[in-house]
Amino acid sequence: MLNPLFWLQAISLAFSQIWANKSRAFLTALGIIVGVASTTAVIAALTGLKSKVLAEFESVGASKFFVFPDRPDNAPRNMYPWEKILLKPAEVRAIRDECTLVKAVTPITEVGLDVESGDKRIEGITIAGIWPDWHMVQNRFVEEGRPFTSIDVDSERQVCLINGDAIKELDLPANPVGEAILIGGRRFLVVGIVETTQARFFGMNTSSAEIFIPFSVAEKMQDRNFFMRIEGMFTSPELAEQGEDEVRFVLRRMRGLAPSDPQTFQVAAIDKFIEQFKALATGITAIAGGIVGISLLVGGIGIMNIMLVSVSERTREIGLRKAVGATPMAILLQFLLEAVTLCLVGGFIGIAIGRLAAFGLTQIPGAQLEQADIPFWAVVLSFAFSAVTGIVFGMFPAIKAARLDPIEALRHE
Amino acid sequence: MPDPGTTAIIEVRALTKIYRVGVETIHALRGLDLSIARNEMVAIMGSSGSGKSTLMNMLGCLDRPTSGAYHLNGRDVSRMNARELAHVRNEEIGFVFQSFELLPRQTALENVELPLVYARGGWRGRRQRALAALDRVGLSKRVDHRPNQLSGGQRQRVAIARAILNNPSILLADEPTGNLDSQTTVEILALFRQLHSEGQTVVIVTHEDEVAAHCQRVVRLRDGRVLSDLPIAQDTAGRHLAAVRAATAEVGVPAHAAAQAAAHTAAHATAHATEQGGGETC
Repeated sequence: MLNPLFWLQAISLAFSQIWANKSRAFLTALGIIVGVASTTAVIAALTGLKSKVLAEFESVGASKFFVFPDRPDNAPRNMYPWEKILLKPAEVRAIRDECTLVKAVTPITEVGLDVESGDKRIEGITIAGIWPDWHMVQNRFVEEGRPFTSIDVDSERQVCLINGDAIKELDLPANPVGEAILIGGRRFLVVGIVETTQARFFGMNTSSAEIFIPFSVAEKMQDRNFFMRIEGMFTSPELAEQGEDEVRFVLRRMRGLAPSDPQTFQVAAIDKFIEQFKALATGITAIAGGIVGISLLVGGIGIMNIMLVSVSERTREIGLRKAVGATPMAILLQFLLEAVTLCLVGGFIGIAIGRLAAFGLTQIPGAQLEQADIPFWAVVLSFAFSAVTGIVFGMFPAIKAARLDPIEALRHE
Repeated sequence: MPDPGTTAIIEVRALTKIYRVGVETIHALRGLDLSIARNEMVAIMGSSGSGKSTLMNMLGCLDRPTSGAYHLNGRDVSRMNARELAHVRNEEIGFVFQSFELLPRQTALENVELPLVYARGGWRGRRQRALAALDRVGLSKRVDHRPNQLSGGQRQRVAIARAILNNPSILLADEPTGNLDSQTTVEILALFRQLHSEGQTVVIVTHEDEVAAHCQRVVRLRDGRVLSDLPIAQDTAGRHLAAVRAATAEVGVPAHAAAQAAAHTAAHATAHATEQGGGETC
C-alpha cells in the first residue's frame, strides 16, 4: 500500500527531525538514555559478579558438601531445642564409616582462644578442630612439616598446624616446625605449616591467621553443647545427589527420626548453592528489568510530550501532506516512526553509556567485577524495549496527527 | 487541445454543507450546482461567507458534502472515506495555496517530489518527473534551492510544479497570488494560462477581479449558491481584460484566455448562469 519512497522519506525525515532539534531530542530521550544505560550497567555488573562467583564455587570444588543443624520449618522451639539438633561427633564418624559415596569428611569446630609465643600474645584467635581429611576436603595441604594423622586425633596429641599469617603475627621463625606455642594456656607443638590459599570467597579474605588442632583435642576445650559443622566431598560431582541421600539416610537413622518426622539438619552440596545463587542473580536481573520498565515509562511520557509538541508545531505540514494525498495511515506511520527512531537513538546512546560504565566497573580494584560485560541479549532487549516504548507512547500523538482535519490543519497558524 | 465543454470533469449537483458550531448551524452550501468541463479555466469568486472556501474544499476532496453529489472525472467522490479521498487528492487534484506551503528544510526538487511519496504506484523515475515539472514552471535552474533561497514567485512556481507532478484532473488554486506583488502576480497567472493552454483544467478561487480576468469563465457565489456563472467577457471582471492583455504581452505569454473565453463560452456559458445574467460585483 505504501511505496518504498514513503519509507525512505519517512526514515530520513525522522532523522532530520531529530537532527534539526538536537538539544530538544536529546533532552527528550534522556529518560530512555538513563534508563537503558543504568540497566545495562546493572546487568553488566550482575553478569560479571555471577561469572566470578560461579568460578569461585568451581574452585571450592563441585563435589563438596556441607552438613549443618537446621530446625524444621514451623516447628516449635521447645520441641527441637538447639542442643537436640546440634551435630554430634558420633554422627560424623557414622558418615565416615558408612557412607560409601563419601570420599573424605571432616568435622570442623571453631573456638576462640588466646595464643602465646614468647612475649607475643594474641587474644581470641579462631582455633579450628579438624580431622586429617580436612586437607583433602579443603584442598589445602601442608608446605612444611607433616599433616595431621589419625594417631594425632585418636591419642589427642597436643599438636597444631599454622599458616603463614599466624607465623608472622606470633613472631615465629620462618620454619616453626618443632616450636611450641601456648593455645588457651596449653602447650602445643607446631608440626606443619598449612598453605595459605589466595582463594577469596564472596570477597572475604580467608588468609588471616589460622591455627588448626586435632578435632578430639578441640572437643575437650569446648563447652558441652558445642557447635560443629561437617564438610566433606563425594567421590564425584555426578554422584552428589545420591551422596546427599546417603548422608541423609545415615543421619536420620543416627537421630532415630521416623520417616514422617521432619529433618533436623541440612545436607547441601555445592551445586545447590550454585542453583540458589543463580536464582538470586536472576531475581536481581528481573528487578533491574523492572527498574528499566519504570524509567522507560518515564522516558516514554517525555517522548509522548515532545511528539505532541511536534504534531502541533507541524500542523500545517500535516495539512499539506494530507492535501497532496497522504492517507491517515501514512501520517500515523510517519509520526510513529519518528517516535520509535527517537527512542532507538536514545537506546543506542544508553547502551553506549552502559558499556562505558561496565568498562568502568571492571577497573574498580577489589570490586570483584573484572568480568562485567553486557550480554548480547541485554542489548537486543534494550533496543526492543526502546522500540516498544516509542510505539506505545508515540501512538497517541500519531493518531492525533492522522486524525487532523486537513482543512483545519492548513488553516492553523 | 481537446475541445472544452465536451466532458465534464467536475459535476456537482445539489451540494449542501452544514456545519454545526456549538448550538449554531451554518449552511455553508445550499444546494449548489456546478459543472466544469475538461480544460476549462474557471475563477470562483465570492465574498467571505459566500461558501467559496467550502466549495473549494469540496472540489479539492478535502471535505465531504452533507448532501448532494460530486462526480470528479466520472467518479462519485462525495461518499468516499478519508483514505480513498487521500488517494483521489493524490491522483486527481493539484493544490496551489496562497502561502505556498513548501517544506522549509527540503529543496525545490524534494518539495516537488512530495506527492510521489504518497502515490500508490509509479514512483519510479521520480527525479525525472519532478525535474520535468520544474522545467514546465520555468525553474529548472533552481532545483537544489531551499524555499528560503527563493523569491515569492519562485516559491509559488515550486508549489505549482508540485501540483502538476501527478498530472491531476484539476489544478485547484486558492488565492494563488494573494501573497505576491503585482508584477509576480501577472507572471504566475501567465504560468497558469500556459498550463491551461497545454491542456490543464484550472480552477482559481479568488476575490480579485484582476485575477479572475485571466480565466475564461467566472462563477460568483453568494450565500452558498451560484449567483452568476458567465464567460469572462460578460462578467464585471471582464473590464480588466484590456489590462490583462497588456500585462501578458509584456510577460510574453499569448493572451489566449480572454480571447478564447469570449469566443467559445459565449454560446453555452449562459446555460450555467443560474441566476440573473447581469454581472454583479461583490
